[in-house]
Amino acid sequence: MAEVAIKSQDFRLKAWLLDDSPGSALQARLGRFYLGWRAFARNPLAMTGLAIVLALVIAAIFAPWLSEASPLEQALERRLEPPSAAHWLGTDPFGRDILSRILHGARITLYIVLLVTLLSAPFGLVVGCVAGYFGGWVDRALMRLTDVFLAFPKLILALALVAALGPGVENAVAAIALTAWPPYARIARAETLVIRESGYIDAARLQGASGARIIWKQVMPLCTSSLIVRVTLDMAGVILIAAGLGFLGLGAQPPEPEWGAMIAEGRRFIIDQWWVATMPGIAILIVSLGFNLLGDGLRDALDPRQR
Amino acid sequence: MISVALTFLGLLFVTFIIARVIPVDPVLAAVGERASADVYAAVRAELGLDLPLYEQFARYLANVFQGDLGQSVLTAKPVLADIARVFPATLELATTATLLGVGLGIPLGVIAAVNRDRWADHVIRVFGLMGYSVPVFWLGLVGLLVFYAELGWVGGPGRLDVFYEGVIESRTGLILVDSLIAGDLEIFSNALRHIVLPAAVLGYFSLAYISRMTRSLMLDQLTQEYITTARIKGLSERRVIWVHALGNVRVPLITVIALSYASLLEGSVLTETVFAWPGLGLYITNSLFAADMNAVLGGTIVVGALFIGINLFSDLLYRLFDPRVR
Repeated sequence: MAEVAIKSQDFRLKAWLLDDSPGSALQARLGRFYLGWRAFARNPLAMTGLAIVLALVIAAIFAPWLSEASPLEQALERRLEPPSAAHWLGTDPFGRDILSRILHGARITLYIVLLVTLLSAPFGLVVGCVAGYFGGWVDRALMRLTDVFLAFPKLILALALVAALGPGVENAVAAIALTAWPPYARIARAETLVIRESGYIDAARLQGASGARIIWKQVMPLCTSSLIVRVTLDMAGVILIAAGLGFLGLGAQPPEPEWGAMIAEGRRFIIDQWWVATMPGIAILIVSLGFNLLGDGLRDALDPRQR
Repeated sequence: MISVALTFLGLLFVTFIIARVIPVDPVLAAVGERASADVYAAVRAELGLDLPLYEQFARYLANVFQGDLGQSVLTAKPVLADIARVFPATLELATTATLLGVGLGIPLGVIAAVNRDRWADHVIRVFGLMGYSVPVFWLGLVGLLVFYAELGWVGGPGRLDVFYEGVIESRTGLILVDSLIAGDLEIFSNALRHIVLPAAVLGYFSLAYISRMTRSLMLDQLTQEYITTARIKGLSERRVIWVHALGNVRVPLITVIALSYASLLEGSVLTETVFAWPGLGLYITNSLFAADMNAVLGGTIVVGALFIGINLFSDLLYRLFDPRVR
């Protein structure tokens, strides 16, 4: 009996979500979300990506509980031990547990990715929407600026900036964010050019809404879905650049368990103690692959036009 | 053209700003701690640091356009001469990598498109996504471990075995070409053994990018009517796909290849560090650790200019090949 009741509840929820004439904006929005999720969930690669990204988040939040060994405390008597039951991924030149360091390193990776996104995506969104909505010289000036930054070689510019500002996670983030926003501005502008011509924008304008209000309330929300796709795909690149900076010694500083820096530490031992440099690299590969798969899946689900 | 010039100016402006925010005081670095206030002021004036910022920038521009990127502290030579010396190594590496990327990427992209949503497509897509996701410096290390240290199939770091260094005369700076000109096949094969691994590591990224773009461009073509017509006419499937459909994506593919080439010039920074490849990337990172800012910014300007130049070039090619854009 109980099972039948749950089934019928499930059915009612589905019917409510897929209603042709939703009673509220919330219902319509949830319905769209549900349809998108159904398309997304059918794609095994996309679900793999989602699982990897969720695993990264969980590792970052629960790192101290997931691994008993300290990521920083040195124990030279057990340095460079191969993978074993006690240390699943082996130990590094200072006797620290590599698995524990990778789990704690997830925090740094997530921190960098989130900070870069928070700095670059809203900035690109505002620039693109303003340029697209107002058009004319505003558009020309802003897009020129965007093109200038778009043409910069990302890694090299980040290198030069970090060299000038000094090594460290925050400076690496600033350098990456500075070169990350132009594509977002381009996308937001392209979307805005289409949205601007819609009837409801005219309606809002006739009601006396200011340009700023229309951009904030009507235009920006509609740009977000393509922006989310692009941001997700870019996160893989951000992770790689951050790890590259860490590898060169310009990102997070030792003894911080940053993955790129860990590879640099293991580099000297690559021939005889291969696990020291190999394990963090696999972590980078998996996580950035996860973001790529997730981004691909989101794009297919949210926007079937561009494949 | 105007936008290219503006972009280049923007690049120079950013490098100028970076040069100004360095915590190192260039005057102090030149005169030392114990110099008197008078000497300090004199050197400051000599370096032009007492001028207003816009005048400093104008001077900076004038210098750059005369090819003066300053003196390298590390090598005590003009930065531009240094870069001219190391650049061929990067060019050789990036070109070989692109050849690998194009040679494998296009066929893989076509095969994926033809077998859309079947297993061949999935395998190629995941293989491509791995190329987007793998850190090159790590792949390089693992490659050295497996193919050099364990299997001994390829040469180690550097462009040649030490034994062969400086044996042949450098004409183009490209060892593969120089050794062929000199007719020395032994050195040629040694250079080839050394370049294969770094070029494959670097080329993996462009393979990923090119195969992905080829796939999506081909998918657009394969649904079009002329393809059906060609099939109805009884042309072989091979001809329809590799000649008719692929022929029509040639133009956008040129842009894709040019873009991937530009990003390889940049991507070589990390690859060169791992393989001790004496090119522009290694030059920039070495200068970085010696706090040799003239060299770092000079390298940044050169890479940026190449980047912008290749983008412009691919635009022009596009116009040349596609009459519709004229």
